[in-house]
Amino acid sequence: MSTHTRHPIEILRFNTCGSVDDGKSTLIGRLLYDSKNLMEDQLEALERSADITGGGAINLANLTDGLRAEREQGITIDVAYRYFATPRRKFIVADTPGHVQYTRNMVTGVSSANLSIVLVDARNGVTEQSRRHTYLAALLGIPHLIIAVNKMDLVDWSEERFLEIRAEIEAFLPRLDIFKDVKFIPISALDGDNVVDPSQKTPWYEGPTLLGHLETVHIASDWNLSAFRLPVQWVNRPNNPRDPKLHDFRGLSGQIAGGIVKAGQKIMVLPSGWKSSVKEIWTLDGPLKEAFCPQSVTLVLEHDLDISRGDTIIGLENLPGMSADLAAKICWMNPRPLQRGRKYLLKHTTQTVQALVAGIENRINIATFDPEPQPAELAMNDIGEIRLRTSRPLVFDGYANNRLTGSFILIEQGTNLTVAAGMLQQPTELVKPEYNDFAI
Amino acid sequence: MNSYHLDHLQHLESEAVHVMREVAAEFERPALLFSGGKDSICLLRLAEKAFRPSDLPMPLLNVDTGHHFPELNEFRDRRAQQLGARLIVRHVEDAIAKGIAVPTPGEVSRNRLQIPTLLAAIEEFRFDCAIGGARRDEEKARAKERFFSFRDSFGQWDPKNQRPEIWNLYNARVNPGEHMRVFPLSNWTESDVWEYIKREQLDVPSIYFSHPRRCYRRDGQWLPVSDLLPSKPSDQVKELVVRVRTIGDIISTGMVESRADSVDDIIAEIAAARVTERGSRADDKSSEAAMEDRKKQGYF
Repeated sequence: MSTHTRHPIEILRFNTCGSVDDGKSTLIGRLLYDSKNLMEDQLEALERSADITGGGAINLANLTDGLRAEREQGITIDVAYRYFATPRRKFIVADTPGHVQYTRNMVTGVSSANLSIVLVDARNGVTEQSRRHTYLAALLGIPHLIIAVNKMDLVDWSEERFLEIRAEIEAFLPRLDIFKDVKFIPISALDGDNVVDPSQKTPWYEGPTLLGHLETVHIASDWNLSAFRLPVQWVNRPNNPRDPKLHDFRGLSGQIAGGIVKAGQKIMVLPSGWKSSVKEIWTLDGPLKEAFCPQSVTLVLEHDLDISRGDTIIGLENLPGMSADLAAKICWMNPRPLQRGRKYLLKHTTQTVQALVAGIENRINIATFDPEPQPAELAMNDIGEIRLRTSRPLVFDGYANNRLTGSFILIEQGTNLTVAAGMLQQPTELVKPEYNDFAI
Repeated sequence: MNSYHLDHLQHLESEAVHVMREVAAEFERPALLFSGGKDSICLLRLAEKAFRPSDLPMPLLNVDTGHHFPELNEFRDRRAQQLGARLIVRHVEDAIAKGIAVPTPGEVSRNRLQIPTLLAAIEEFRFDCAIGGARRDEEKARAKERFFSFRDSFGQWDPKNQRPEIWNLYNARVNPGEHMRVFPLSNWTESDVWEYIKREQLDVPSIYFSHPRRCYRRDGQWLPVSDLLPSKPSDQVKELVVRVRTIGDIISTGMVESRADSVDDIIAEIAAARVTERGSRADDKSSEAAMEDRKKQGYF
């Protein structure tokens, strides 16, 4: 890795979600437009399509609705990514569809986000979709949440209406209990009030504008830096190195999924339990003294151990769970329902194993957030808790502690479709290290 | 800020290296599409970051339209040699001769004909994955692209039916005859690319820097005068100081008037730019869905 610049610019990933016509795409268009991140040819294209389809009015949603079917139907079908920057931060925006049948795409857009914006139409108030989106953001462990109460112009900028919606959401937030911070902002995406510039129409609102909050919300501690985890992704063994020093080079490459690793420190390899220490943190730019999540690195160990893709290297403190019997919450994304006894491929960190559905514990009722026990199956878009048995033990953390070592996907064999996103529960038992200090 | 903090380029680099290694580990016969353009130059550096001190575990592949800027091909060949990488070049000309690519009568552009040429190369070498340098910020249809983008046995993209892509868990599974396009630079912007070129001190072809060139005006763009597309008597030919912002074929790449002759100048120029990079590509302007249509057929 290269050296730090004097004023490093952070990346913040966020997504926007809401029901159809809540104005998600318009909001992103407004953010780009008012922060001067739109270019002349994009504006020209907007104006061209306004003349043809919009009766002359510019439709900011046309900026993100990039597929022909989307423009024709006036809806967002797939996740669209947008990029913009201010002097303070760079932003990666996922515009995620609000249709019920496209929940899987929303999970795609939300899973790696720092922050989620749930749009609520001030006229319609909190709908089942708003609850679903807030629930999904919580389920996927998004640390920061903005509830943007949109179309405030259509309710005469009524503070009372804003507080009503706020109270309704605050009534159920404690049940989700995951967000580090939640911000309520009254906006009009169409006119730009409180999006980039503060609105004159909300003297009763004292908080930041939407962009102001995006620029300042504290995200530096969003990554887990407390427990070292390196899922081995690729073993680096030069074939016919020209440099004789590399004849015995054996590097273990991967992206650090948690914590910090230092040259010289003791480590353990799982599932084998072998111990060694870090001889070198190798990079193209020279060795590092230490490296941390989410850096991609190559470790060279003191001992020549038999380690391959799918193994996990960990520090000797803060041990993970290791088991072939797993409990997880999943979001089911396939038209063929999930049933007990079915087998799938399960991809977790860098390994893919066979998994058997041992049981379906419950299905979450999105309207009440209550679990309904022992359902016969989970249908498309259902969220529920299941038990799995895998062909090889997983080395894992609870999703609440680590989004990278606590997550998995299920793949249907034959079609190769990704059918579920899974979030592992806290391990019931941790790895028990033995007391021999080194393997060799 | 604490010291355990990545800036935006380090963050993007780590993500891209992870994607590259995932390709090396999951696919049997991957290839890396390398044109010599600025995006694929970054891809190659990321491949070095991912795989050194080993050799790159995949060959480089380029589809030569026969309409490339000569500076670009020279750079491509030199860079591949420096890295000790295997470079495979397949020519649209040959694909036409073999009947793999069939031009419409009167069709001058080779843009569309790249598609069957690329798909034939993928079939010839039985590649199950092609890494490309496409970025989501380039164009609206690309904004919908996944990191791992599945292609059926006809090489087609089905944008309405993409696999969900969750966390950094990429589903790399394909059946025989199908393949994957993988885009490690998905989250990079044009300015990220140039800032990375600066940080890594990467060489780029000379046509990215300002130079004098004879150009003529057509469809609101300055196109370079070349043997392939001689100017008509009615064209207004001018000697201008120009550079390219994005490189396509000679006959469709608009030159931008610019005095930027260093990477720093280019970064400053982009920061002040009021049009997007693709604004200088005639091939994208034909209709609002031009890119989507080409991508569905197998374009990269």
